[in-house]
Amino acid sequence: MTEGIISLIRENVIQGRINKNDEGMDEGMVGQPGVTELVEEALTSGVSIQDVITKGLSGGMNVVGQKFEAGEYFIPDMLASAQAVGAAMEILEPYLAGSDVNAKGKIIVATVKEDLHDIGKNIVSILLRGAGYTVKDLGHNVDTQVIVDAVREEKPQFLGLSALLTSTMARMADVIQMLEEKGLREQVKVIVGGAPVSEEFAKSIGADGYGADGFQAVAVVETLSSSTES
Amino acid sequence: MSRKGILVHRPYERLPREQVELIHQASMQILSDPGLISFNRKAVDILHSHGAAVESLTGDHQSWQVKIPEQLVLKALDTAPKTVKLGARNPDNTLIMNGDEPRVYLITGSETNIWLDVAFPTYVDKNDSSREIKIPEFKPRRGTVDDLCQSAHVCEHLEMVDGYIRTVNIQDRDITEENKDVNKFFASLNNNTKHFMSGLTTLKQLDNVVRMAELIAGGKKALEDNPIISFITCLVKSPLQFVDDTTDTFIEVCRRGLPVVVSSSPQAGTTAPIKEAGIMAQINAEVLAGITLGQLVKSGTPVLYGSVPVRARMDTLGDSYGSVETSQYNIDCAQMARFYSLPNYSTSGVSDSKIPGQQSSIERLFSDIVVAMSGPQYLHCAFGLLDCNSVFCLLQAVLDDAHFKMIKFFLQQPRIDQSEMEAVLQQIRNVVATPQKLYINYIRPVLRSGEISGVYPFEGSGERDDVFELAYERMKELLAKPVEHIDQETTARIFEEIPGILPRLNIYKRGS
Repeated sequence: MTEGIISLIRENVIQGRINKNDEGMDEGMVGQPGVTELVEEALTSGVSIQDVITKGLSGGMNVVGQKFEAGEYFIPDMLASAQAVGAAMEILEPYLAGSDVNAKGKIIVATVKEDLHDIGKNIVSILLRGAGYTVKDLGHNVDTQVIVDAVREEKPQFLGLSALLTSTMARMADVIQMLEEKGLREQVKVIVGGAPVSEEFAKSIGADGYGADGFQAVAVVETLSSSTES
Repeated sequence: MSRKGILVHRPYERLPREQVELIHQASMQILSDPGLISFNRKAVDILHSHGAAVESLTGDHQSWQVKIPEQLVLKALDTAPKTVKLGARNPDNTLIMNGDEPRVYLITGSETNIWLDVAFPTYVDKNDSSREIKIPEFKPRRGTVDDLCQSAHVCEHLEMVDGYIRTVNIQDRDITEENKDVNKFFASLNNNTKHFMSGLTTLKQLDNVVRMAELIAGGKKALEDNPIISFITCLVKSPLQFVDDTTDTFIEVCRRGLPVVVSSSPQAGTTAPIKEAGIMAQINAEVLAGITLGQLVKSGTPVLYGSVPVRARMDTLGDSYGSVETSQYNIDCAQMARFYSLPNYSTSGVSDSKIPGQQSSIERLFSDIVVAMSGPQYLHCAFGLLDCNSVFCLLQAVLDDAHFKMIKFFLQQPRIDQSEMEAVLQQIRNVVATPQKLYINYIRPVLRSGEISGVYPFEGSGERDDVFELAYERMKELLAKPVEHIDQETTARIFEEIPGILPRLNIYKRGS
């Protein structure tokens, strides 16, 4: 039973199916339970949460990553799978505290003040959720003060800031400066990204990391995560 | 089964109906006055016996003024088939062309003398010996039988190539005027299973190449049903002259009932008026004269309306295939052929540039796009030709294949209908209600149904332009793929019955 449901969860992550209405990759899957229904069933059946996450969700994402590397999958396929994992993690979140599973951490993401562009930020959110992180998305055109207040209240391990315009990227520096002024800078790692942003710019404003795209953003978070743990 | 080609749903037309009719009427006037000068006696006799006025001319070569009445032309247009089938060794590669259906087949050609080799020597930065760069170097040389085999082989695997016209003239030491035809036909047919079209070097070899085709197709009747070969004949030399030898060839091909192109290639400014109205009236008259003769030789002979109009270069008075006007003339000809409901053999993609590069890409893409949009059924010259149709480069043909994939995608019919609209309205409502407001999930089924165009296959990395190197790698991959050669038994019969084929072309006897 356990192996069967874990295997189905993994397969549906690979197919990128959140629920029974999703088409997935193969023919004839509409109507069959997707990742969210299967995770609910696993919880009801008493399947280990750790197995659901490590063997089912992460196991599926590992295969998706391999398929992407091999050119068999494209970014929309990766995102569909990541969304399925993100949806599953939302269901599992209330059960994590009572389990022996270590949460991967919380991330606040926002597109900075005066910038309305949020495609990149949204994709990063999906991928981070897919990687098992808890993501709080503050949206776009977010005031510096609102971002800093959220850091204080939510106490995330990471803050992801996005900007598409050369005129708004300076707001990222404002956020970091205000975090320092409020004595919050040490408690959060700041990662920046967006079309005009570069590694050099990230360093110049005192950010902890820079992601050129969504995948790199996840990789940077993973690296910073492991260095913090060690 | 036949190849699909590119069906152009709304063909681009430059000429309003009044201009098409004006060109037609002007051509009729040209055919009746001044008519054509014929250097071929048989053509004169055939046309005269059906009512054309003939007058003997004085001069060094025997010739006649032939005035073709309009009624004779209209009758020929009635009997010329509106649908022409060009068969193939592999029946899945059959081409079905209907004069009223703008379905474009992409064909190689033409018969260039020069083969362009490419190599990638490495250069080292004088100031930093750790920096190296590969730069393509192109070297022209005379074409050979081996080159023709290679070209046919690669074109077999180029997805967008629908039919094969030999791309290079074979000029080996052991190739003579007598054995050239049988060798070019065998080399092409043995390395390519698509339809093969060619001109003839000498009429004496017509029966040999037809026999070769019969052996491959499976007999005389099989060749009639599946005409795996067809012929190009430039029987009219501009302005308005029936050439003696090619007219002979044309008449003999028509007698055998095999498909044939009546091709005319006037040059605006020298052998045709520089004005569009003039070259169009003349080329149309020249092609109609050939079609009329062909239908009189054998009613119902499958013919293609062959147009290779070109503008003269003002610096050399050579052909300027890359000029914008050349594309305009070709589009006009596609319209004229459609006016007569005849399949059109058209021309695009030839560059004036001597080597692949920016000029070549710009010129060929320009004409490939606009001429393809006009919907000619048999679009030749489209792969690999450079230097005003005198050089062939296999690397360029590989690049052209990628460009034609883009053109094919561009020309597909828009899918906007009620059910599609209802589905996307639902998508919009669904996505607007989500926090992330992204349509990404709806990409996936479309991604795999072929509804999204691919990335450019020779895209470079970073700031490097790797197009030529990547296309070269692709070319080598295609050369390494096997082709379906003519079987051993048929090959043996061909070598027994057809004299003059070079022994080294028999793949079953190599190394023995």
